[in-house]
Amino acid sequence: MKHLIPEFEKVKARYPAGFESSLVLPCLRRIQEDRGFVADDDIDGLARYLGVPRIQIEEVLSFYEQLRRKPLGRCHIAPCRNLSCSLLGAERLIDHLSRRLGIETGATSSDGRFTLSTVECQGACGSAPVVVVGETCHGDMTPEKIDALLERLP
Amino acid sequence: MPNAKILMTFPVTATSHTLADYRARGGYAALDKALRTMKPEDVTREVTTSGIQGRGGAAFPMGRKWAVVHPNDGQPHYLCANADEGEPGTFKDRWILENVPHLLVESMLIAAYALQVRHAFVYIRGEFDQPYRRLAAAVEEAYAAGYSGERILGTDFSCDVVVHRGAGSYVCGEASALLSSLEGKRGYPRNRPPRLTVRGLYQRPTVVNNIETLSNIAWIISNGGEAFKKIGHEKDPGTRLISISGHIERPGVYEIEVGYPWRKFIYEDCGGIPGGRALKGIIPGGISTKILTGKEIEPLTLDNPSLQAAGSSMGSGGMVAIADGTCMVRLLQVLVRFYHHESCGQCTPCREGMGWLHRIIDRIVAGEGRPEDIERLYQISAWNDGTTICGMGDAAGYATSGILNKFRDEFEYFIEHKRSRFNGTLECLRSS
Repeated sequence: MKHLIPEFEKVKARYPAGFESSLVLPCLRRIQEDRGFVADDDIDGLARYLGVPRIQIEEVLSFYEQLRRKPLGRCHIAPCRNLSCSLLGAERLIDHLSRRLGIETGATSSDGRFTLSTVECQGACGSAPVVVVGETCHGDMTPEKIDALLERLP
Repeated sequence: MPNAKILMTFPVTATSHTLADYRARGGYAALDKALRTMKPEDVTREVTTSGIQGRGGAAFPMGRKWAVVHPNDGQPHYLCANADEGEPGTFKDRWILENVPHLLVESMLIAAYALQVRHAFVYIRGEFDQPYRRLAAAVEEAYAAGYSGERILGTDFSCDVVVHRGAGSYVCGEASALLSSLEGKRGYPRNRPPRLTVRGLYQRPTVVNNIETLSNIAWIISNGGEAFKKIGHEKDPGTRLISISGHIERPGVYEIEVGYPWRKFIYEDCGGIPGGRALKGIIPGGISTKILTGKEIEPLTLDNPSLQAAGSSMGSGGMVAIADGTCMVRLLQVLVRFYHHESCGQCTPCREGMGWLHRIIDRIVAGEGRPEDIERLYQISAWNDGTTICGMGDAAGYATSGILNKFRDEFEYFIEHKRSRFNGTLECLRSS
């Protein structure tokens, strides 16, 4: 994470003095974006850099849904399973994805290409059902549209 | 027919979210007016006069929240805009963040002036990718144009706007949990008192307001609190952004004047229920508000007094329409699974109770329900009411007992026959 410190310094400049602890989340997000997950030495490095206890970083890592300690597959596919999406076919979509990718939700394909998860409400219910691919939320999904989308992924 | 507009006053185009377009529509004139012609307490007075209530779910009067903070008490104050829009069915704040982020920035700066805040935060949920990019770009534009930062518009007022991203947690939408998260900790809600306006972020007086609520400030300052109060319902003034989804022909975000008739909204504006099916129920304001049946909703109007008299509330304005033939047992399963997943685990009744609710519903859906299960679900819901630090335990209880009260026969049928009275799916696709 050392190479990210100049970026962290810029972020820090916007926060009031004494808000080092507040930088835990933004820094972890950036580290994960960089490496794909948060490793042990990232935790040590960040604890030293911010002057916060290591346990605080561990607690944060185990609390927030989007933070992870292990890498995912190259493409992360995550259909929403909450109410509005379920009312418009999310369950059928999840079954379809599971069959199509040959993995259960929560698993990564053996070639490391796909990880299939489910997510809760993305606040995009007007275009339900939605599927999050990487960071991008795709709306009005059908099995046909998701198949076409999968074809375009690396 | 009341149909005043405050927020959705312009056509959405490829550039309508930019500073240039916002300024062409008269943007930042309210900030200029506030900083040059009003004292901080004048701003708060206008907001109090307007009678605006919070749009995040709790409907707390904004002026009363602000009035707790003393602008000149010599300590730092903080303002935090709550963009952790996570109440399932709610996507109205996303509309503001994506389409008119400058309205939020301008309104926040006016609020910051009223409260004498040096650092104002937007806590935006980690899943909001496009809204984050739009908002972050708007904040940079505001800095470059001198609307934000040191000596704003050449006055003595300085304020930094910080956009802080969450990382996936429903409970962080609760104001005190949001502040815990903003302090770099787990998003645990805190016991009140002390109120956050007394001891909030880093133990300093902090105002946390919803995105939509804040975004009304620019209009209130331009037009005055009295003018705002004349719009909508006398006890619940203004307009509301309603996000409607589920079994509805035209889902989306609509701005309605508070007091608008339900029937007209559902059947005319939103095109009714797909396939001409009957409306079985409406969850009016996010899944934590009590469900109303299609019949109950017919004579009502879209305002808190009307909905509260019917035993529910406008909540976060996240409306979910449910067509006839939908299995309510399966529907409750989706809701309870969500609450179980999102319980932060601090309070025993919620941490354990959500798990119990979830396991019982799963058992019923698997055809292994027991006759006493319905009473158990009621009991667990009641145990949560008022026994947890935040409102999530209560909300899950309301959602559960609300559905049980109105559709109990479906649960009894499922337990007795080991299958849904309907075909068991939740799906009902639109014709288009």
